Parts: sequence; structure tokens; C-alpha cells
Amino acid sequence: MNRSVRLWVVTIAGLAVAVAFGLAFVGLPSFGGSSHPYRTAAVHAAVAHQTANVVSSVNFDQRGLDTLGEETILFASVIGVSALLRPSQEEQDAGPSDTGRVLGLTQIFGYAVIPLVCIIGLDVIAHGQLTPGGGFQGGIIVASGIHLLYVAGSYSTLDKLRPVALFEHGEAVGAAAFACLGVAGAATTMGFLGNVLPRGTFGQLYSAGSVPLLNGAVGVEVASGAIVLVAKFLDQAILLGPKRG
Amino acid sequence: MSYYGYFVAGAVLLVGVFGMARSRNLVHAVVCLSVSQAGTYVMLLSIGYQRHATAPVFGSTQKPSADVVDPVMQALCLTDIVVSATVTALLLALSLQIAKHHGTTDPDELTALRG
Amino acid sequence: MTAGPATTAVVAIALTLVLLGAIAVVRSEDPQRQAVTLSVFGICLTVLFFVLDAPDVALSQVAVGTVIVPLMVLLAISKIRGGR
Repeated sequence: MNRSVRLWVVTIAGLAVAVAFGLAFVGLPSFGGSSHPYRTAAVHAAVAHQTANVVSSVNFDQRGLDTLGEETILFASVIGVSALLRPSQEEQDAGPSDTGRVLGLTQIFGYAVIPLVCIIGLDVIAHGQLTPGGGFQGGIIVASGIHLLYVAGSYSTLDKLRPVALFEHGEAVGAAAFACLGVAGAATTMGFLGNVLPRGTFGQLYSAGSVPLLNGAVGVEVASGAIVLVAKFLDQAILLGPKRG
Repeated sequence: MSYYGYFVAGAVLLVGVFGMARSRNLVHAVVCLSVSQAGTYVMLLSIGYQRHATAPVFGSTQKPSADVVDPVMQALCLTDIVVSATVTALLLALSLQIAKHHGTTDPDELTALRG
Repeated sequence: MTAGPATTAVVAIALTLVLLGAIAVVRSEDPQRQAVTLSVFGICLTVLFFVLDAPDVALSQVAVGTVIVPLMVLLAISKIRGGR
């Protein structure tokens, strides 16, 4: 089917879907209403498990199996990108061409901010059960902080200070740690991914049972996964070139 | 205003789908898919929102008996965002390989399967 | 946020900004420009999520949608343009 036929089909189907959406939306409870049955049950269960951040409790305590599934999707995507972007036979390592010049202010600011961003990321991971945050958000913050080395310095600086093999192994360790904590829960009477550690005091750092450990495992996995992903793209864009001769 | 949040979510989804259908570049189509996914996040959070309620995080200033916004919807959105970013990376890697092997990123020119 | 009509107006403005941002991203034809527009759309989404009392989701969106995805889009475009 050629382009104009395809556009007409999409337009007609899109209008039909829009009408269906309209009919469905007027049947929903109105925006900002107050009937949320799952909210009451989730908050009650989170407070019973001494977790101040209810969203972390839902993610790692009440619906931990879904988080394990999503973590596995992340793991599989990184494996897929690593397999797709491996150097093919027509390419060779051309060496980074450091032709750009970084402004002095960018260098100073970048190098000064890198440890701050990494520590903020680790703090967000560690306090996932108390404040908004957790493994997913903190892991991405740490990965972004490490890539400030590329912004403030050059590709060779990043390459020397970021061993990709270490982060590939780190990702596998994070995913395995999550699964092992789940099996440790299954070994007791609470079932797979049950909250087996002592609950602690509400609002203190040591609270919420096994949620901080699961946060740590997810943080390691997400940070390592994001670093490996961007490393594969950087290699393709900067390092590899067509084979000469 | 009773249904504006849902309307915007549906509109963002359809805008992304139209963008994908009209696209002349594979990378542009991947970014339009990312926009459609953002529509689903807006939908989930609009369903969970409650007026005159606060964020579902308790601390010294907010005791556990307060009225909060639905935390289950937020838990669904938050892992969804990170996972869909990695799936976008996979799609970008695929389009990169297509550009290398076929020399073009125009979807209208990529019609034949080549061995 | 417990004030009445001001909160409703802020939510309505944030939703409208998200819709306009989505249209802007889809209408940017050049993928290099689209990466920047996508970054701005990510910031509009972050503001909307914050106004809807979802700080966890806003943190997730600002880190992912403003840094990681536009970076990968720009690197993919750089490789596609340079290699061909």
C-alpha cells in the first residue's frame, strides 16, 4: 500500500479510536475524585510494614514480582543492544578523533559536579524507603553523573575511567541479587519476595525490612545497565569506522 | 475539567501514532513511539489523582492518617518509564543496523527483505 | 497542595503544555532537532507529574527523558549521518 492510502487508513482508524476513547472516558470516575479503593489498602499495608514511602512499598514489597519482571525486561534489552551493536566485520577501531575543544568553564563545572551527582544518586537509592526515590531513579542519576566525564573531558577520559566489563558484570550481579533475595523470602514462610527482615522503626533509615536491600540491587542493576547502553552507542558513534584497505 | 486529563492522555497517544505513520525517518518514528508511551503515563496518573490530597510519602510533617493520591498507579508508571527507555534504546540500535545494511532510514524505501 | 481553584488551573495549564509539547515533538522532522524538543517535552512531563502529586514518577522522568533518551537519539543520528 502506498503512502497516501496508508495515511487515509490511519486517519480513519484514528478517528474511530478517538470516538471509542470519548465514549470510554465519560464512563470513568471524574478526574480528581475520591474513590480509590486500592489506595486505602496499599497505604494500610505500607504503614503496617513500617515503610514511609508507600510507592516503594508497593514496588518492592506488595508487588515485588512485577518489579522482578520489569527488571528482567531491562536486562534483556541491554543484552539485545550489546548483541546488535557489536562491531561487525566491515568495521574496525578507528580511534577517537579528539577534534573538539571543551570550554574551560564547562570543564571546571563538570569535574566539580561529578562527585556531587554520584553521591546524590547513591543517597536517592539508599533512602528509597523514606523519601521519593529508590533504585530505579537513583541508578539513572548515578549513570548520568558518570557520563559527565564525557561532557567535561573527552571520550578517552571516559574510556579510561569507566571499565565496561565491570558494569556488565555489575548488571548481572544486581539482577541475580534481586532474585536471590526473593528466594530467601521463599525459604521462610512468607513466600517468594516476602518481606522477611525485621521491620524497624517508621521513618528511620533502618525500616521497611528488605525494601532497602531490594532498592540497592535494583540501583546497581539500573546504573550498570544504563552505563553499558550508552557505552555501546558511544562506541558506535565515536570509535568505530569503516574498514580501510 | 472532569475529563480533561483523560482527553489529553488519549490525544497524546493518537498524536504519537499519527507521527509514526507519517514519518520519513526511522529514528523520528522511534521518538514518536516514545511520545505515545508518555500518553499512557498521563492516563495512569490522571486516574489516580485526587483533589485536596498529598503525595503518598509520609514523614515528620505528614502523618500516615492523611489523605493521599493513589500510590499503585505511581508504582506502575515509575518502573514503566525506565523500562521503556531501554526498549527505545533497543529500537534505536535496530534502526542503526538497518541504516548500515540498507543505506537508508526512510521506511518507504525499506520494502524488500534482503538476505 | 490543598488550595482550590489555583491548583485546578495549574493542573490544566500543565496538561495543556504536555499536549503542545507532544505536537511539537511529532512535528520536528529533523531527528537532531527532535532530540532537543524531546528533552523539553520531558521537562513538561516532569512538571505535570509534580503537580499531580507524584514526586517518584517526576524523578524518574527527569532523569530518563531529559538525559538518557535524547543522548542515545543524538548518538544514533551521529552514527547514521557519519557512516553513510
